[in-house]
Amino acid sequence: MSVLAVAEHRRGELRDVSLELITAGRRLADATGGDLDVVVVGGDVDAFADRLDREGVDTIYTVDEGEEFNHEVYADAVEQLHAELEPTALVAPNSVNGLDYVPAVAERLGVPLITDVIDFEAGDGIEVTREQYGGKVETTYDVDADQYAVTVRPAEWPKAEAAGDAAVEPFDADVGGDLGTTVNGFEEVGGGDVDITEADVLVSVGRGIEEEDNIPLIEELADTLGATLSSSRPIVDNGWLPKNRQVGQSGKVVTPDVYIAIGISGAVQHVAGMKGADTIIAINTDPSAPIYDIADYGIVDDLFDVVPELIEEFGGEAPDV
Amino acid sequence: MKILVTVKEVAEVDDEFSISGLDIDESSLEYDLNEWDDYAVEEAVQLSEADGHDDVEVVTVTVGPERAEETVRMALAKGADRAVRVWDDALEEAQFLDLDAKAELLAAVAEEEEPDLVLSGVQAADDANGATGVALAERLGVEWAAVVNSLELDADAGVASVRRELEGGVEELTDVELPAVLTIQTGINEPRYASLRGIRQAQRKPLEVYDLEDVGLDESVVDSPVERTDMYEPESEGDATVWEGSSEDTAEELADFLRDKGVVDA
Ligand SMILES: Cc1cc2nc3c(=O)[nH]c(=O)nc-3n(C[C@H](O)[C@H](O)[C@H](O)COP(=O)(O)OP(=O)(O)OC[C@H]3O[C@@H](n4cnc5c(N)ncnc54)[C@H](O)[C@@H]3O)c2cc1C
Ligand SMILES: Nc1ncnc2c1ncn2[C@@H]1O[C@H](COP(=O)(O)O)[C@@H](O)[C@H]1O
Repeated sequence: MSVLAVAEHRRGELRDVSLELITAGRRLADATGGDLDVVVVGGDVDAFADRLDREGVDTIYTVDEGEEFNHEVYADAVEQLHAELEPTALVAPNSVNGLDYVPAVAERLGVPLITDVIDFEAGDGIEVTREQYGGKVETTYDVDADQYAVTVRPAEWPKAEAAGDAAVEPFDADVGGDLGTTVNGFEEVGGGDVDITEADVLVSVGRGIEEEDNIPLIEELADTLGATLSSSRPIVDNGWLPKNRQVGQSGKVVTPDVYIAIGISGAVQHVAGMKGADTIIAINTDPSAPIYDIADYGIVDDLFDVVPELIEEFGGEAPDV
Repeated sequence: MKILVTVKEVAEVDDEFSISGLDIDESSLEYDLNEWDDYAVEEAVQLSEADGHDDVEVVTVTVGPERAEETVRMALAKGADRAVRVWDDALEEAQFLDLDAKAELLAAVAEEEEPDLVLSGVQAADDANGATGVALAERLGVEWAAVVNSLELDADAGVASVRRELEGGVEELTDVELPAVLTIQTGINEPRYASLRGIRQAQRKPLEVYDLEDVGLDESVVDSPVERTDMYEPESEGDATVWEGSSEDTAEELADFLRDKGVVDA
């Protein structure tokens, strides 16, 4: 069995998940003693190939087409290389761009696709583990197919670090023709006066707060503690706090000394932004909320009871909400 | 112009829940309109209400059992014009519907409806495959864009100018030729609440129910190389210290902890 992993880069940088893919891909290939091949499409492919040359990689295929990600170029290139190599497993990151081309490639190839895989057991076929119902349960799936595709969750496998001696081969893909999707550029959002990544202590509010009118309660706690206020995504989606307060995959990655998550469930995209905090404290009514999997301390209770008490402990006055 | 919106009824799990067999016990589940699809419905309805778009029809499509009609009616109450629901004994009996099956079912309806634009959600809150919309686009042989948080439609030029929300606060500005499937991200708009009038009107809006034969498919659609083998509560990786007691007690514990940490000196 062989494995084909598709690297990811953006704006000139190879993304970390590409090196994680090598670790996961190697483990998968090892299960049956097969090859691990990596393909990188677009950008400075030779420089990327250099960085992708890690222990365990057999061949790196470079497809010198375009600068940035375009799903049609990726889909064409991966489909054609797949036809040539006939790998058992196609492995790609469960990233925003991964989810923009892998489902199309899997459809074209007629192979089953399992997304956001957090673990697997390979042998005859593969059994994968993924999360469901907002991370409250894990499920395993047995994939009984000669060929399949999986996207793997970022930051679940360590980055492959050791240098390798892979062969590098340009792959001449027939891509392009008429591209129905044109990428015109990028824009960075979430700037502004507050930089939550600088804060030592973050008091972070989630959907458990229920209403915009209740936000001052958490604001008061942050003030009383001399901490900075941040939030999960729904609070920003609702327009209750500006984008620069959002912690998570599509917001900011923060690493404070203390992170107090109040009424936040701990969805994977939120956790991606705060799991590096030194001490994580959760206040959440739901003992099965996934935030407790990464919290160091927790209070399983109603935030509307606990937070006013806490404000008073420090001599503040809780607003009526 | 016709906009097709894929609408899923998702299951939410109670704080206390149990697993029976390979799924969450029915008694621990509550159902709701998928959050991402709520934004997709709103986006479609806003397009239909915008100046110069008064000939826009918004149709929802749902693969789901009769129970899902409550959710479908909610989408109708929020302004969709009519709804299609696909279900069948063969689907009811399947262990679960894999990605491919759902794409095939949704594609069968889309081929019948021939929409100019399909709006889907980035992910279903329960399954979180994050893949159905793009798989559907490929099946239909149309363009697509995943994780769209801004949409400007130039129907005459046949182009959707979108922003794709990438990781780390970076957005990609992309033009997509129509027809296309866009997977809609939360925050793209402000979903409305259904008005009482909307809810009343929704009762009279057409909701067609199709079985497999009606959409030109047969039982083989549920055949899948993927089989669910287990479902369990993950073992907690952390070993969180949980402070117990009254709110007053736990707040005091936390306060002491924060003082010890030097977070606050008071
Ligand atoms: C591509 C993509 C990118 C995303 N990027 C991000 C991101 O950057 N950041 C982010 O945060 N999310 C992101 N998300 C969304 C993410 O999947 C979750 O939907 C979101 O994190 C949930 O926010 P929440 O925890 O505040 O809300 P919920 O998941 O609704 O959780 C609310 C919590 O509050 C608790 N609660 C309710 N009432 C009370 C009470 N009275 N007292 C105490 N607790 C209470 C509940 O038990 C629950 O656990 C992204 C999703 C996608 C698909
Ligand atoms: N059973 C279904 N019926 C209608 N739409 C669905 C169904 N399942 C998934 N979808 C659509 O596909 C999107 C992504 O779902 P998923 O790929 O399962 O995470 C959802 O937001 C829905 O718009």
